[in-house]
Amino acid sequence: MTRMKTMLGYAGAKRLARGLGWFSIALGALELLAPRRVGDALGMQHESGAIQAYGAREIASGIGILAARDPTPWIWARVIGDALDLATLAPNADPRNPQRPYVLMAIGAVAGVALLDYLCADGLARKEDDHRSRRDYADRSGFPQSPNAMRGAAREPEMVSTARH
Amino acid sequence: MKALCWHGKEDIRCDSVPDPRIEEPRDAIIRMTSCAICGSDLHLYDGFMPGMKSGDIMGHEFMGEVVEVGSGNKKLKVGDRVVVPFTIVCGDCDQCRRSNFSVCERTNRNKDLADKAFGHTTAGLFGYTHLTGGYPGGQAEYVRVPYADVGPVKVPSTLTDEQVLFLGDIFPTGWQAAIQCDIEPTDTVAIWGAGPVGQMAVRSAVLLGARQVIMIDNVPERLSMAAAGGAITINFDEESVVERLNDLTGGKGPEKCIDAVGMEAHASGSVDSLYDRAKQALMLETDRPHVLREMIYVCRPAGVLSIPGVYGGLIDKIPFGALMNKGLTIRTGQTHVNKWTDDLLRRIEEGEIDPSFVITHTARLEDGPEFYKTFRDKKDGCIKVVLKP
Ligand SMILES: NC(=O)c1ccc[n+]([C@@H]2O[C@H](COP(=O)([O-])OP(=O)(O)OC[C@H]3O[C@@H](n4cnc5c(N)ncnc54)[C@H](O)[C@@H]3O)[C@@H](O)[C@H]2O)c1
Ligand SMILES: [Zn+2]
Ligand SMILES: [Zn+2]
Repeated sequence: MTRMKTMLGYAGAKRLARGLGWFSIALGALELLAPRRVGDALGMQHESGAIQAYGAREIASGIGILAARDPTPWIWARVIGDALDLATLAPNADPRNPQRPYVLMAIGAVAGVALLDYLCADGLARKEDDHRSRRDYADRSGFPQSPNAMRGAAREPEMVSTARH
Repeated sequence: MKALCWHGKEDIRCDSVPDPRIEEPRDAIIRMTSCAICGSDLHLYDGFMPGMKSGDIMGHEFMGEVVEVGSGNKKLKVGDRVVVPFTIVCGDCDQCRRSNFSVCERTNRNKDLADKAFGHTTAGLFGYTHLTGGYPGGQAEYVRVPYADVGPVKVPSTLTDEQVLFLGDIFPTGWQAAIQCDIEPTDTVAIWGAGPVGQMAVRSAVLLGARQVIMIDNVPERLSMAAAGGAITINFDEESVVERLNDLTGGKGPEKCIDAVGMEAHASGSVDSLYDRAKQALMLETDRPHVLREMIYVCRPAGVLSIPGVYGGLIDKIPFGALMNKGLTIRTGQTHVNKWTDDLLRRIEEGEIDPSFVITHTARLEDGPEFYKTFRDKKDGCIKVVLKP
Protein backbone atom coordinates (compact mmCIF):
# COMPACT_ATOMS: atom_id res chain seq x y z
CA MET A 1 0.00 0.00 0.00
CA THR A 2 1.33 3.48 -0.77
CA ARG A 3 1.84 5.72 2.21
CA MET A 4 -1.17 8.00 2.49
CA LYS A 5 0.92 11.03 3.08
CA THR A 6 -1.55 13.76 3.86
CA MET A 7 -3.97 11.71 5.90
CA LEU A 8 -3.05 12.14 9.53
CA GLY A 9 -0.41 13.97 11.57
CA TYR A 10 0.99 12.75 14.88
CA ALA A 11 -1.39 14.80 17.07
CA GLY A 12 -4.43 13.62 15.11
CA ALA A 13 -3.22 10.04 15.31
CA LYS A 14 -2.86 10.32 19.11
CA ARG A 15 -6.44 11.56 19.39
CA LEU A 16 -7.67 8.83 17.05
CA ALA A 17 -5.79 6.26 19.14
CA ARG A 18 -7.77 7.29 22.24
CA GLY A 19 -11.02 6.87 20.30
CA LEU A 20 -9.96 3.45 19.08
CA GLY A 21 -8.98 2.49 22.61
CA TRP A 22 -12.42 3.26 23.98
CA PHE A 23 -14.01 1.57 20.96
CA SER A 24 -11.99 -1.57 21.67
CA ILE A 25 -13.15 -1.63 25.28
CA ALA A 26 -16.81 -1.12 24.34
CA LEU A 27 -16.77 -3.80 21.63
CA GLY A 28 -14.78 -6.16 23.83
CA ALA A 29 -17.26 -5.73 26.68
CA LEU A 30 -20.15 -6.57 24.34
CA GLU A 31 -18.42 -9.72 23.08
CA LEU A 32 -17.42 -10.76 26.57
CA LEU A 33 -20.77 -10.12 28.25
CA ALA A 34 -23.22 -11.04 25.50
CA PRO A 35 -21.45 -13.63 23.30
CA ARG A 36 -24.75 -15.38 22.47
CA ARG A 37 -26.38 -12.23 21.14
CA VAL A 38 -23.35 -11.50 18.99
CA GLY A 39 -23.20 -15.15 17.85
CA ASP A 40 -26.92 -15.28 16.99
CA ALA A 41 -26.68 -12.12 14.93
CA LEU A 42 -23.84 -13.55 12.86
CA GLY A 43 -25.09 -17.11 12.57
CA MET A 44 -22.20 -18.30 14.75
CA GLN A 45 -24.29 -19.75 17.59
CA HIS A 46 -21.78 -22.39 18.59
CA GLU A 47 -18.82 -20.12 18.93
CA SER A 48 -19.57 -18.27 22.15
CA GLY A 49 -16.23 -19.28 23.62
CA ALA A 50 -14.27 -17.89 20.69
CA ILE A 51 -16.32 -14.67 20.73
CA GLN A 52 -15.56 -14.20 24.41
CA ALA A 53 -11.88 -14.76 23.79
CA TYR A 54 -11.97 -12.12 21.05
CA GLY A 55 -13.74 -9.81 23.50
CA ALA A 56 -10.99 -10.28 26.06
CA ARG A 57 -8.43 -9.50 23.36
CA GLU A 58 -10.29 -6.29 22.40
CA ILE A 59 -10.40 -5.12 26.01
CA ALA A 60 -6.72 -5.84 26.52
CA SER A 61 -5.68 -3.85 23.47
CA GLY A 62 -8.09 -1.04 24.47
CA ILE A 63 -6.49 -0.73 27.90
CA GLY A 64 -3.07 -1.02 26.32
CA ILE A 65 -3.79 1.86 23.96
CA LEU A 66 -5.19 4.14 26.66
CA ALA A 67 -2.63 3.39 29.35
CA ALA A 68 0.60 3.07 27.39
CA ARG A 69 3.04 5.94 27.09
CA ASP A 70 3.34 5.06 23.40
CA PRO A 71 0.21 3.38 21.99
CA THR A 72 1.86 2.37 18.69
CA PRO A 73 2.44 -1.37 19.41
CA TRP A 74 -1.12 -1.69 20.73
CA ILE A 75 -2.54 -0.09 17.59
CA TRP A 76 -0.56 -2.58 15.50
CA ALA A 77 -2.02 -5.30 17.73
CA ARG A 78 -5.42 -4.02 16.68
CA VAL A 79 -4.49 -4.17 12.99
CA ILE A 80 -3.52 -7.83 13.44
CA GLY A 81 -6.72 -8.44 15.43
CA ASP A 82 -8.73 -6.94 12.57
CA ALA A 83 -7.15 -9.43 10.17
CA LEU A 84 -8.05 -12.23 12.55
CA ASP A 85 -11.66 -10.98 12.80
CA LEU A 86 -11.93 -10.86 9.02
CA ALA A 87 -10.52 -14.37 8.72
CA THR A 88 -13.08 -15.63 11.23
CA LEU A 89 -16.01 -13.82 9.62
CA ALA A 90 -15.21 -14.71 6.00
CA PRO A 91 -16.30 -18.40 6.08
CA ASN A 92 -19.62 -17.32 7.60
CA ALA A 93 -20.41 -15.16 4.58
CA ASP A 94 -21.48 -18.45 2.97
CA PRO A 95 -24.81 -17.98 1.05
CA ARG A 96 -26.31 -20.83 3.11
CA ASN A 97 -25.97 -18.82 6.33
CA PRO A 98 -29.37 -17.14 6.87
CA GLN A 99 -27.56 -14.35 8.75
CA ARG A 100 -25.35 -13.60 5.74
CA PRO A 101 -26.45 -9.94 5.35
CA TYR A 102 -25.35 -9.27 8.95
CA VAL A 103 -22.06 -11.04 8.40
CA LEU A 104 -21.42 -8.88 5.33
CA MET A 105 -22.25 -5.79 7.37
CA ALA A 106 -19.87 -6.93 10.08
CA ILE A 107 -17.14 -7.52 7.49
CA GLY A 108 -17.71 -4.03 6.12
CA ALA A 109 -17.51 -2.54 9.60
CA VAL A 110 -14.34 -4.43 10.52
CA ALA A 111 -12.75 -3.42 7.21
CA GLY A 112 -13.62 0.24 7.94
CA VAL A 113 -12.14 0.09 11.43
CA ALA A 114 -9.11 -1.75 10.04
CA LEU A 115 -8.47 1.19 7.73
CA LEU A 116 -8.71 3.60 10.70
CA ASP A 117 -6.35 1.41 12.72
CA TYR A 118 -3.88 1.42 9.86
CA LEU A 119 -4.07 5.20 9.39
CA CYS A 120 -3.61 5.66 13.11
CA ALA A 121 -0.52 3.45 13.28
CA ASP A 122 0.83 5.23 10.22
CA GLY A 123 0.21 8.68 11.76
CA LEU A 124 1.85 7.66 15.04
CA ALA A 125 4.99 6.83 13.08
CA ARG A 126 5.16 10.50 12.17
CA LYS A 127 6.15 11.67 15.65
CA GLU A 128 9.57 12.82 14.49
CA ASP A 129 8.25 14.95 11.60
CA ASP A 130 5.89 16.53 14.07
CA HIS A 131 8.62 17.60 16.44
CA ARG A 132 10.82 19.02 13.75
CA SER A 133 8.12 21.46 12.64
CA ARG A 134 7.76 22.78 16.17
CA ARG A 135 9.08 26.05 17.45
CA ASP A 136 11.97 26.40 19.77
CA TYR A 137 11.94 29.03 22.52
CA ALA A 138 15.48 28.54 23.74
CA ASP A 139 16.06 32.31 23.48
CA ARG A 140 13.16 33.29 25.75
CA SER A 141 14.51 33.44 29.26
CA GLY A 142 12.81 36.66 30.39
CA PHE A 143 15.97 37.49 32.36
CA PRO A 144 18.54 40.20 31.60
CA GLN A 145 21.37 37.72 32.31
CA SER A 146 21.78 33.96 32.34
CA PRO A 147 19.48 32.09 34.76
CA ASN A 148 22.55 31.13 36.76
CA ALA A 149 23.50 34.75 37.22
CA MET A 150 19.91 35.55 38.29
CA ARG A 151 19.67 32.71 40.81
CA GLY A 152 18.74 34.11 44.20
CA ALA A 153 18.41 37.72 42.97
CA ALA A 154 15.16 38.05 44.92
CA ARG A 155 16.48 36.51 48.14
CA GLU A 156 16.37 39.54 50.33
CA PRO A 157 15.51 39.29 54.03
CA GLU A 158 12.54 41.55 53.38
CA MET A 159 11.16 39.02 50.89
CA VAL A 160 11.35 36.11 53.25
CA SER A 161 9.49 37.98 55.94
CA THR A 162 6.59 38.79 53.58
CA ALA A 163 6.24 35.10 52.90
CA ARG A 164 5.97 34.27 56.57
CA HIS A 165 3.17 36.73 57.42
CA MET B 1 -19.27 46.86 22.38
CA LYS B 2 -17.56 43.66 21.34
CA ALA B 3 -16.92 40.94 23.92
CA LEU B 4 -15.98 37.26 23.97
CA CYS B 5 -18.94 35.41 25.45
CA TRP B 6 -19.31 31.85 26.72
CA HIS B 7 -22.17 29.89 25.15
CA GLY B 8 -21.31 26.37 26.19
CA LYS B 9 -18.57 23.82 25.92
CA GLU B 10 -16.06 24.87 23.25
CA ASP B 11 -18.39 27.64 22.20
CA ILE B 12 -16.95 31.12 22.69
CA ARG B 13 -18.29 33.85 20.42
CA CYS B 14 -17.42 37.44 19.78
CA ASP B 15 -20.81 39.07 20.47
CA SER B 16 -22.11 42.63 20.45
CA VAL B 17 -23.28 43.43 23.97
CA PRO B 18 -24.36 46.62 25.78
CA ASP B 19 -21.52 48.79 27.12
CA PRO B 20 -21.06 48.50 30.88
CA ARG B 21 -22.09 51.40 33.13
CA ILE B 22 -21.09 52.60 36.58
CA GLU B 23 -23.34 50.79 39.07
CA GLU B 24 -21.71 51.57 42.43
CA PRO B 25 -19.86 54.70 43.60
CA ARG B 26 -16.53 52.86 43.93
CA ASP B 27 -16.70 51.48 40.33
CA ALA B 28 -14.63 52.51 37.35
CA ILE B 29 -14.99 51.72 33.66
CA ILE B 30 -11.84 50.62 31.87
CA ARG B 31 -11.26 50.73 28.12
CA MET B 32 -9.33 47.53 27.53
CA THR B 33 -6.04 47.93 25.65
CA SER B 34 -4.70 44.37 26.10
CA CYS B 35 -6.08 41.17 27.53
CA ALA B 36 -4.92 37.57 27.60
CA ILE B 37 -6.37 34.07 27.52
CA CYS B 38 -5.47 32.16 30.69
CA GLY B 39 -5.28 28.44 31.41
CA SER B 40 -8.18 28.98 33.82
CA ASP B 41 -10.30 30.15 30.86
CA LEU B 42 -9.67 26.75 29.30
CA HIS B 43 -11.42 25.00 32.19
CA LEU B 44 -14.52 27.05 31.29
CA TYR B 45 -14.00 26.50 27.57
CA ASP B 46 -13.73 22.73 28.09
CA GLY B 47 -16.86 22.74 30.24
CA PHE B 48 -15.26 21.49 33.45
CA MET B 49 -16.16 24.46 35.62
CA PRO B 50 -19.67 24.43 37.06
CA GLY B 51 -21.77 27.59 37.36
CA MET B 52 -21.40 29.20 33.91
CA LYS B 53 -24.33 30.76 32.04
CA SER B 54 -24.74 31.33 28.33
CA GLY B 55 -23.70 34.87 27.42
CA ASP B 56 -21.19 35.31 30.28
CA ILE B 57 -18.33 37.61 29.24
CA MET B 58 -14.96 35.84 29.54
CA GLY B 59 -11.56 37.15 30.58
CA HIS B 60 -9.77 37.95 33.82
CA GLU B 61 -6.30 39.04 32.69
CA PHE B 62 -6.63 42.54 31.28
CA MET B 63 -5.49 46.15 31.45
CA GLY B 64 -6.45 49.45 29.97
CA GLU B 65 -7.29 53.09 30.44
CA VAL B 66 -9.77 54.47 32.94
CA VAL B 67 -12.58 56.20 31.05
CA GLU B 68 -15.15 56.76 33.80
CA VAL B 69 -14.97 56.87 37.60
CA GLY B 70 -17.76 56.49 40.16
CA SER B 71 -18.49 59.35 42.57
CA GLY B 72 -17.08 57.47 45.56
CA ASN B 73 -13.76 56.51 43.98
CA LYS B 74 -10.91 58.66 45.28
CA LYS B 75 -8.05 56.60 43.85
CA LEU B 76 -8.53 56.61 40.08
CA LYS B 77 -8.78 59.44 37.54
CA VAL B 78 -9.95 59.33 33.95
CA GLY B 79 -6.86 58.64 31.83
CA ASP B 80 -5.03 56.46 34.39
CA ARG B 81 -3.40 53.38 32.90
CA VAL B 82 -4.09 50.33 35.06
CA VAL B 83 -3.64 46.57 35.24
CA VAL B 84 -6.66 44.94 36.85
CA PRO B 85 -6.07 41.90 39.13
CA PHE B 86 -8.43 39.00 38.43
CA THR B 87 -9.47 38.92 42.09
CA ILE B 88 -11.99 41.58 43.12
CA VAL B 89 -11.13 42.88 46.59
CA CYS B 90 -12.83 45.22 49.07
CA GLY B 91 -9.66 46.14 50.93
CA ASP B 92 -11.15 46.23 54.42
CA CYS B 93 -12.72 42.90 55.38
CA ASP B 94 -10.89 40.61 57.83
CA GLN B 95 -9.27 38.64 55.00
CA CYS B 96 -8.23 41.66 52.94
CA ARG B 97 -6.62 43.16 56.06
CA ARG B 98 -4.50 40.02 56.29
CA SER B 99 -3.63 40.27 52.56
CA ASN B 100 -5.63 37.09 51.87
CA PHE B 101 -7.20 38.90 48.95
CA SER B 102 -8.47 35.94 46.94
CA VAL B 103 -10.76 35.03 49.82
CA CYS B 104 -12.14 38.54 50.34
CA GLU B 105 -15.38 38.14 52.27
CA ARG B 106 -17.37 40.91 50.59
CA THR B 107 -16.90 40.93 46.83
CA ASN B 108 -18.64 37.70 45.84
CA ARG B 109 -22.17 38.80 45.03
CA ASN B 110 -23.26 35.15 44.93
CA LYS B 111 -21.99 34.58 48.46
CA ASP B 112 -24.86 32.19 49.27
CA LEU B 113 -23.97 29.91 46.36
CA ALA B 114 -20.31 29.88 47.33
CA ASP B 115 -21.12 29.31 51.02
CA LYS B 116 -23.06 26.22 49.99
CA ALA B 117 -20.43 24.91 47.56
CA PHE B 118 -17.30 25.66 49.59
CA GLY B 119 -18.53 26.10 53.17
CA HIS B 120 -17.50 29.76 53.15
CA THR B 121 -17.35 32.26 50.34
CA THR B 122 -14.25 33.29 48.42
CA ALA B 123 -13.62 36.53 46.52
CA GLY B 124 -15.46 37.70 43.42
CA LEU B 125 -13.53 37.01 40.22
CA PHE B 126 -13.81 38.55 36.75
CA GLY B 127 -15.06 36.46 33.84
CA TYR B 128 -15.42 33.28 35.84
CA THR B 129 -18.14 31.06 37.25
CA HIS B 130 -21.24 32.38 39.04
CA LEU B 131 -19.86 30.64 42.12
CA THR B 132 -17.41 33.54 42.24
CA GLY B 133 -19.91 36.28 41.49
CA GLY B 134 -20.31 35.91 37.72
CA TYR B 135 -18.72 39.32 37.04
CA PRO B 136 -18.43 40.21 33.33
CA GLY B 137 -14.82 39.77 32.30
CA GLY B 138 -12.09 41.62 30.47
CA GLN B 139 -12.06 40.01 27.04
CA ALA B 140 -14.20 42.94 25.98
CA GLU B 141 -13.74 46.50 24.76
CA TYR B 142 -14.92 47.92 28.09
CA VAL B 143 -15.11 46.47 31.58
CA ARG B 144 -16.83 47.60 34.75
CA VAL B 145 -14.40 47.22 37.62
CA PRO B 146 -16.14 46.99 41.03
CA TYR B 147 -14.23 48.20 44.13
CA ALA B 148 -11.95 49.96 41.65
CA ASP B 149 -10.46 52.10 44.40
CA VAL B 150 -8.64 49.01 45.75
CA GLY B 151 -7.57 46.43 43.15
CA PRO B 152 -6.33 48.19 39.98
CA VAL B 153 -2.58 48.78 39.81
CA LYS B 154 -1.38 51.98 38.14
CA VAL B 155 1.50 51.33 35.77
CA PRO B 156 4.05 53.80 34.38
CA SER B 157 4.03 54.79 30.72
CA THR B 158 7.67 53.70 30.38
CA LEU B 159 6.59 50.04 30.36
CA THR B 160 4.67 48.40 27.49
CA ASP B 161 1.33 46.61 27.92
CA GLU B 162 3.12 43.33 27.22
CA GLN B 163 5.55 43.88 30.09
CA VAL B 164 2.92 44.60 32.76
CA LEU B 165 -0.25 42.81 31.60
CA PHE B 166 0.57 39.58 33.46
CA LEU B 167 0.76 41.41 36.79
CA GLY B 168 -3.00 40.82 36.85
CA ASP B 169 -2.71 37.04 37.03
CA ILE B 170 -0.01 34.62 35.84
CA PHE B 171 3.08 36.46 37.07
CA PRO B 172 1.92 36.77 40.70
CA THR B 173 0.46 33.26 40.40
CA GLY B 174 3.81 31.72 39.47
CA TRP B 175 5.45 33.90 42.11
CA GLN B 176 3.06 32.97 44.91
CA ALA B 177 3.45 29.31 43.94
CA ALA B 178 7.20 29.66 44.50
CA ILE B 179 6.89 31.80 47.66
CA GLN B 180 4.59 29.16 49.17
CA CYS B 181 7.49 26.71 48.78
CA ASP B 182 9.63 28.65 51.30
CA ILE B 183 12.58 28.01 49.02
CA GLU B 184 15.96 27.30 50.64
CA PRO B 185 19.20 27.62 48.62
CA THR B 186 19.63 23.83 48.80
CA ASP B 187 16.17 23.02 47.42
CA THR B 188 15.11 21.23 44.29
CA VAL B 189 11.78 22.61 43.05
CA ALA B 190 9.87 20.35 40.65
CA ILE B 191 7.14 22.02 38.60
CA TRP B 192 4.43 20.13 36.69
CA GLY B 193 2.95 22.01 33.71
CA ALA B 194 5.01 24.23 31.38
CA GLY B 195 2.09 26.49 30.50
CA PRO B 196 2.29 30.21 31.24
CA VAL B 197 1.87 29.69 35.01
CA GLY B 198 4.60 27.05 35.10
CA GLN B 199 6.91 29.35 33.09
CA MET B 200 6.44 32.15 35.63
CA ALA B 201 6.98 29.66 38.46
CA VAL B 202 10.33 28.58 36.96
CA ARG B 203 11.58 32.19 36.83
CA SER B 204 10.27 32.88 40.32
CA ALA B 205 11.92 29.78 41.79
CA VAL B 206 15.22 30.79 40.16
CA LEU B 207 14.97 34.36 41.48
CA LEU B 208 14.14 33.00 44.92
CA GLY B 209 17.33 30.98 44.80
CA ALA B 210 16.39 27.32 44.29
CA ARG B 211 19.48 25.22 43.63
CA GLN B 212 17.70 23.16 40.97
CA VAL B 213 14.42 23.75 39.13
CA ILE B 214 12.85 20.89 37.18
CA MET B 215 9.98 21.20 34.69
CA ILE B 216 7.69 18.33 33.71
CA ASP B 217 5.47 18.45 30.61
CA ASN B 218 5.18 16.67 27.27
CA VAL B 219 5.13 19.64 24.88
CA PRO B 220 8.64 20.11 23.46
CA GLU B 221 8.49 23.84 22.75
CA ARG B 222 7.06 24.56 26.20
CA LEU B 223 9.91 22.57 27.70
CA SER B 224 12.37 24.56 25.58
CA MET B 225 10.99 27.80 27.05
CA ALA B 226 11.30 26.38 30.58
CA ALA B 227 14.89 25.38 29.86
CA ALA B 228 15.58 28.94 28.67
CA GLY B 229 14.52 30.13 32.13
CA GLY B 230 16.92 27.77 33.86
CA ALA B 231 14.95 24.55 34.31
CA ILE B 232 16.04 20.96 33.75
CA THR B 233 13.27 19.34 31.72
CA ILE B 234 11.46 16.00 31.81
CA ASN B 235 9.21 14.95 28.94
CA PHE B 236 6.67 12.60 30.52
CA ASP B 237 5.87 11.02 27.15
CA GLU B 238 9.44 9.87 26.83
CA GLU B 239 10.71 9.17 30.32
CA SER B 240 9.48 8.13 33.73
CA VAL B 241 8.86 11.21 35.87
CA VAL B 242 9.40 9.44 39.18
CA GLU B 243 12.66 7.80 38.08
CA ARG B 244 14.12 11.01 36.63
CA LEU B 245 13.17 13.05 39.70
CA ASN B 246 14.79 10.51 41.98
CA ASP B 247 17.90 10.44 39.79
CA LEU B 248 18.19 14.22 39.94
CA THR B 249 17.87 14.31 43.73
CA GLY B 250 20.14 11.50 44.81
CA GLY B 251 17.16 9.20 45.27
CA LYS B 252 15.50 11.49 47.86
CA GLY B 253 12.91 13.32 45.74
CA PRO B 254 12.39 17.07 45.33
CA GLU B 255 11.83 19.07 48.53
CA LYS B 256 9.26 21.30 46.85
CA CYS B 257 6.64 20.42 44.23
CA ILE B 258 4.41 22.81 42.28
CA ASP B 259 1.24 21.72 40.47
CA ALA B 260 0.79 24.22 37.62
CA VAL B 261 -1.53 21.87 35.71
CA GLY B 262 -4.76 21.57 37.69
CA MET B 263 -7.87 19.55 37.05
CA GLU B 264 -7.34 18.69 33.39
CA ALA B 265 -4.10 16.76 33.81
CA HIS B 266 -3.49 14.18 31.17
CA ALA B 267 -1.15 11.28 31.48
CA SER B 268 -0.75 8.68 28.81
CA GLY B 269 1.65 6.59 30.82
CA SER B 270 -0.57 5.27 33.56
CA VAL B 271 -3.65 3.32 34.39
CA ASP B 272 -4.85 5.88 36.92
CA SER B 273 -5.41 8.40 34.11
CA LEU B 274 -7.75 5.91 32.48
CA TYR B 275 -9.62 5.50 35.73
CA ASP B 276 -10.01 9.29 36.07
CA ARG B 277 -11.18 9.76 32.46
CA ALA B 278 -13.84 7.14 32.98
CA LYS B 279 -15.02 8.54 36.30
CA GLN B 280 -15.04 12.10 34.96
CA ALA B 281 -17.07 10.98 31.95
CA LEU B 282 -19.60 9.33 34.27
CA MET B 283 -19.72 12.50 36.44
CA LEU B 284 -18.50 10.58 39.48
CA GLU B 285 -15.44 12.77 39.74
CA THR B 286 -15.09 16.31 38.44
CA ASP B 287 -11.31 16.71 38.33
CA ARG B 288 -8.41 14.52 37.23
CA PRO B 289 -5.78 14.55 39.96
CA HIS B 290 -3.00 12.67 38.22
CA VAL B 291 -0.37 15.32 39.00
CA LEU B 292 -1.40 15.53 42.66
CA ARG B 293 -0.92 11.81 43.10
CA GLU B 294 2.47 11.93 41.42
CA MET B 295 3.60 14.86 43.60
CA ILE B 296 2.50 13.20 46.83
CA TYR B 297 4.36 10.07 45.82
CA VAL B 298 7.63 11.62 44.70
CA CYS B 299 7.98 14.54 47.13
CA ARG B 300 10.66 14.27 49.81
CA PRO B 301 9.24 13.66 53.31
CA ALA B 302 8.56 16.92 55.18
CA GLY B 303 8.38 18.66 51.80
CA VAL B 304 5.87 21.17 50.44
CA LEU B 305 3.24 20.79 47.72
CA SER B 306 2.29 24.18 46.29
CA ILE B 307 -0.83 24.05 44.13
CA PRO B 308 -1.70 27.04 41.95
CA GLY B 309 -3.37 24.66 39.43
CA VAL B 310 -7.14 25.07 39.61
CA TYR B 311 -9.49 22.35 40.88
CA GLY B 312 -13.26 22.73 40.77
CA GLY B 313 -14.86 19.95 42.76
CA LEU B 314 -14.18 16.39 43.82
CA ILE B 315 -11.17 14.19 43.34
CA ASP B 316 -10.68 10.55 44.03
CA LYS B 317 -8.03 8.03 45.12
CA ILE B 318 -5.68 10.50 46.74
CA PRO B 319 -2.92 8.64 48.62
CA PHE B 320 -3.62 10.53 51.79
CA GLY B 321 -1.77 7.96 53.87
CA ALA B 322 1.45 8.79 52.04
CA LEU B 323 0.77 12.50 52.41
CA MET B 324 0.14 12.21 56.16
CA ASN B 325 2.93 9.84 57.01
CA LYS B 326 5.46 11.80 54.98
CA GLY B 327 4.39 14.96 56.78
CA LEU B 328 3.86 16.97 53.61
CA THR B 329 2.54 20.53 53.68
CA ILE B 330 -0.04 21.58 51.09
CA ARG B 331 -0.41 25.26 50.21
CA THR B 332 -2.84 26.37 47.56
CA GLY B 333 -5.38 28.99 46.54
CA GLN B 334 -6.34 31.49 43.94
CA THR B 335 -3.60 34.09 43.96
CA HIS B 336 -3.68 37.00 46.41
CA VAL B 337 -2.69 39.20 43.48
CA ASN B 338 -2.49 42.55 45.26
CA LYS B 339 -0.18 41.07 47.88
CA TRP B 340 2.56 40.83 45.25
CA THR B 341 1.89 43.47 42.59
CA ASP B 342 3.92 46.36 44.07
CA ASP B 343 6.98 44.20 44.55
CA LEU B 344 6.70 42.53 41.13
CA LEU B 345 6.07 45.82 39.32
CA ARG B 346 9.28 47.14 40.89
CA ARG B 347 11.17 44.06 39.68
CA ILE B 348 9.89 44.61 36.13
CA GLU B 349 10.83 48.30 36.28
CA GLU B 350 14.31 47.42 37.53
CA GLY B 351 14.74 44.97 34.66
CA GLU B 352 15.11 41.92 36.87
CA ILE B 353 12.54 40.14 34.72
CA ASP B 354 10.46 40.88 31.62
CA PRO B 355 7.31 38.69 31.66
CA SER B 356 6.57 39.41 27.98
CA PHE B 357 8.90 36.51 27.11
CA VAL B 358 5.91 34.15 27.40
CA ILE B 359 3.81 35.76 24.62
CA THR B 360 3.81 33.66 21.47
CA HIS B 361 0.68 34.97 19.73
CA THR B 362 -0.99 38.37 19.46
CA ALA B 363 -4.38 38.69 17.78
CA ARG B 364 -7.48 40.86 17.53
CA LEU B 365 -10.27 40.44 20.06
CA GLU B 366 -12.73 39.28 17.40
CA ASP B 367 -10.38 36.44 16.48
CA GLY B 368 -10.34 35.34 20.13
CA PRO B 369 -12.63 32.31 19.71
CA GLU B 370 -10.21 30.77 17.22
CA PHE B 371 -7.26 31.45 19.56
CA TYR B 372 -8.97 29.67 22.44
CA LYS B 373 -8.63 26.57 20.32
CA THR B 374 -5.07 27.32 19.24
CA PHE B 375 -4.05 27.80 22.90
CA ARG B 376 -5.96 24.77 24.19
CA ASP B 377 -4.58 22.46 21.49
CA LYS B 378 -1.06 23.99 21.72
CA LYS B 379 -1.12 24.48 17.96
CA ASP B 380 1.55 26.46 16.16
CA GLY B 381 3.78 26.48 19.24
CA CYS B 382 1.20 28.52 21.17
CA ILE B 383 1.99 29.25 24.82
CA LYS B 384 0.35 32.60 25.58
CA VAL B 385 -2.14 34.63 23.57
CA VAL B 386 -2.62 38.39 23.94
CA LEU B 387 -5.73 39.97 22.40
CA LYS B 388 -6.09 43.60 21.36
CA PRO B 389 -9.36 45.46 20.76
N1 LIG C 1 -4.19 29.85 41.43
C1 LIG C 1 -4.42 30.82 40.57
O1 LIG C 1 -4.73 31.92 40.97
C2 LIG C 1 -4.29 30.55 39.10
C3 LIG C 1 -4.08 31.61 38.21
C4 LIG C 1 -3.89 31.32 36.86
C5 LIG C 1 -3.96 30.02 36.40
N2 LIG C 1 -4.20 29.01 37.30
C6 LIG C 1 -4.25 27.61 36.91
O2 LIG C 1 -2.94 27.15 36.67
C7 LIG C 1 -3.02 26.05 35.76
C8 LIG C 1 -2.06 26.28 34.61
O3 LIG C 1 -2.42 27.43 33.88
P1 LIG C 1 -1.72 27.75 32.48
O4 LIG C 1 -2.21 29.05 32.01
O5 LIG C 1 -0.27 27.58 32.60
O6 LIG C 1 -2.42 26.58 31.59
P2 LIG C 1 -2.00 25.62 30.40
O7 LIG C 1 -3.21 24.82 30.15
O8 LIG C 1 -1.42 26.40 29.27
O9 LIG C 1 -0.83 24.72 30.99
C9 LIG C 1 -1.01 23.47 31.55
C10 LIG C 1 0.18 22.61 31.15
O10 LIG C 1 0.13 21.38 31.87
C11 LIG C 1 0.63 20.36 31.04
N3 LIG C 1 0.23 19.07 31.59
C12 LIG C 1 -0.93 18.39 31.43
N4 LIG C 1 -0.89 17.22 32.10
C13 LIG C 1 0.32 17.15 32.69
C14 LIG C 1 0.97 16.18 33.51
N5 LIG C 1 0.35 15.06 33.86
N6 LIG C 1 2.24 16.43 33.95
C15 LIG C 1 2.87 17.58 33.61
N7 LIG C 1 2.31 18.54 32.83
C16 LIG C 1 1.05 18.32 32.37
C17 LIG C 1 0.06 20.71 29.68
O11 LIG C 1 0.78 20.09 28.64
C18 LIG C 1 0.21 22.23 29.67
O12 LIG C 1 1.43 22.64 29.09
C19 LIG C 1 -4.48 25.94 35.33
O13 LIG C 1 -5.14 24.99 36.13
C20 LIG C 1 -5.01 27.31 35.65
O14 LIG C 1 -6.40 27.29 35.87
C21 LIG C 1 -4.35 29.27 38.63
ZN1 LIG D 1 -6.08 33.13 35.16
ZN1 LIG E 1 -12.21 42.06 51.39
